[in-house]
Amino acid sequence: MTQLPSHTDKKLGLAIDLDTCVGCQACVTACKGWNDQSHGLSDQDPYGAEPSGAFLNRVHSYQVEPEAGAAQIINFPRSCLHCEDAPCVPVCPTGASYKRVEDGIVLVNEDACIGCGLCAWACPYGARELDQAAGVMKKCTLCVDRIYNENLPEEDREPACVRTCPTGARHFGDFADPDSAVSRLVAARGGYDLMPDLKTRPTNKYLPPRKKDRPQEASVLAPLLDIKATGLAGWLDKVLGKI
Amino acid sequence: MHPAPSVILFTVLSGMGFGLLAFLGLGWPVPAPGWMAFLHWGLGYGLAVGGLAASTFHLGNPKNALKAFSQWQTSWLSREAWTSVATLVILAPVALSDWLGLGWPRGLGLVGAVLAVLTVGTTSMIYGQLKTVPRWHSPTTPLLFLGFMAAGGAILSGNALPALLACLVLAAALIAAFHFGDTAFARAAQTTGSATGLGRIGKVTVFEQPHTSPNYLMREMIHVVGRKHVRPLRLIALGAGAALPILLLLLPASPVLFALIAAIHLIGAAAARWLFFAQAEHVVGLYYGRR
Repeated sequence: MTQLPSHTDKKLGLAIDLDTCVGCQACVTACKGWNDQSHGLSDQDPYGAEPSGAFLNRVHSYQVEPEAGAAQIINFPRSCLHCEDAPCVPVCPTGASYKRVEDGIVLVNEDACIGCGLCAWACPYGARELDQAAGVMKKCTLCVDRIYNENLPEEDREPACVRTCPTGARHFGDFADPDSAVSRLVAARGGYDLMPDLKTRPTNKYLPPRKKDRPQEASVLAPLLDIKATGLAGWLDKVLGKI
Repeated sequence: MHPAPSVILFTVLSGMGFGLLAFLGLGWPVPAPGWMAFLHWGLGYGLAVGGLAASTFHLGNPKNALKAFSQWQTSWLSREAWTSVATLVILAPVALSDWLGLGWPRGLGLVGAVLAVLTVGTTSMIYGQLKTVPRWHSPTTPLLFLGFMAAGGAILSGNALPALLACLVLAAALIAAFHFGDTAFARAAQTTGSATGLGRIGKVTVFEQPHTSPNYLMREMIHVVGRKHVRPLRLIALGAGAALPILLLLLPASPVLFALIAAIHLIGAAAARWLFFAQAEHVVGLYYGRR
C-alpha cells in the first residue's frame, strides 16, 4: 500500500495565489473547524498560557526585500501539497499513509497509524502534525469528506479553506486536466513548486505575487510643490535670501 | 531534531545488544555452557529486546505496532521490524545449544550474525534515507551505527583485537560525521527563499510567525536547546566512545577491565547519539526562519 501509484487518474490540488492572499487566517480557522468536527483535531491547553494544537493549514508571513524598490510583505499559506512522489508515503511502516489512485489525494488511515512520526520527518513542507490526544498523524485530506459529499449543496463541494477564502486566493481543481481552471491559472501566472530540488513533484502550485508598480521618479504633485511666495512673503523671501 | 530519550536509549542499547549477538552467533567466543553462556546470551537478548521495547515508548499509538511488519517493500522501519525479530528468533536455538551445551551445529549462528548486522543497517537507514535532514542523509549515518554496533559488540563479548579495530573505525566515522555534517545543510542549498519560492523576488525573512506558541513541528524538528554544549559533548563522544577504550584495550585483558570499558563506551555512545539527534536540522525549520 505504501508503494506510490505510478499514475493517478486525477491530480486534485490547490493553486494558492500569493498576490491576493491577505493573511486573514480564515482558511486556517475554516480548516480547523471542519476537520475538528468531522474526525477530530485536538488542542492542548487552548485557553491557557501555552495554547497548542494540531492544524492542517498554517499561514506564514514573510518580508521580501528585492534588489531595488521597497520591501514587500507576502502572506504564505502552507498545507499538504499532495506530491506525486510523496516522500511521506513509502516511509510508513504500517501502510497507514497512502496516495489514492483515483484522485491523487494523500491520506492517513488512522486505524493503521502507530504514530511513529516518520512521515512527518520525511515531509519537507511540515504538512503533517501528530494529534497529541489521538496519538495519530493528521494531515490535509483536501476535504475528501466535502468534495464528493452529495449531501452538501454543490457550491460547498470544495475544500473548506477554498470555500471560506474571502479574497479568492485559493483555487481547487484537477491539475491532470490541462484545460481546468487551476491548470490555466498556473500556466498564465507562472505557478511554481516549493523546493523542486527535493523531487517530490508537488501537485499544489503557488502563484507568485504580481510585479509591483515602480514609484515614479518625480512626484505627480511636483507642479503643486513648487510654491512661489508673493507680496510681503515674497519680499521677505528675497531679502532673507540675500543675507 | 528532538533528542527523545526513548529513541536514544533504544538505538544505543539495541545497537550494542545486536553487536554482542552477532559475535556470539559467530561463536566468537563460544561461552562455557551453563551460567557463562546464560549471562552472555542473556545480556545480548536483554539489550536488544529492551531497546525494542523502549522504542515503542515514542509511538503515539502503539496498539497498532504489529501492522509495522506489513510494509517491508518500501519502509526501512518495517524492514527493521522484520530483521530484528528474525535475528532474535534465528539465534534462539544457538543460544539454547550454548547454554545447555547441546553442541548443535552453528550454521544458524552465522545467519543470525548477518541478520544482526542487517538490523542495525536498517535502523541507520531510517535516518539516512531522509533528504529533509541533510546531516543524516549521508553514508556517515550507517557508518556510525555499524561502528557503534561493532565496537559495543566486541567490547561486550570480550574480544580485545576486534574491539580495538572497531574503536579505530568508530573514531574515524565520528570525525567524518562531525566534519561533513557541519556543512551538510549548506550543501543541501535549501533556504527560506527556496522553501517559499519567494527567493526569486529578493531576500526572504520571517515577518510574523503563523502561531504564537510552538507546535508539533517545532518541538519535534526545530529543537534548538539540545545544541548547546556541542564541543564538550563531541569530546565525550570521541573520548569515551573510542579513544579511552582504545587505551584501556592495550592493558592486559580481564573481565573487570572489559566491564569498565563497556561502561565508558556506553557514555560515549549516548553522547554521540544525543548529538546525532540534537544537531540534525530539518528543512521545515526554514519556514519558521530557524534551523
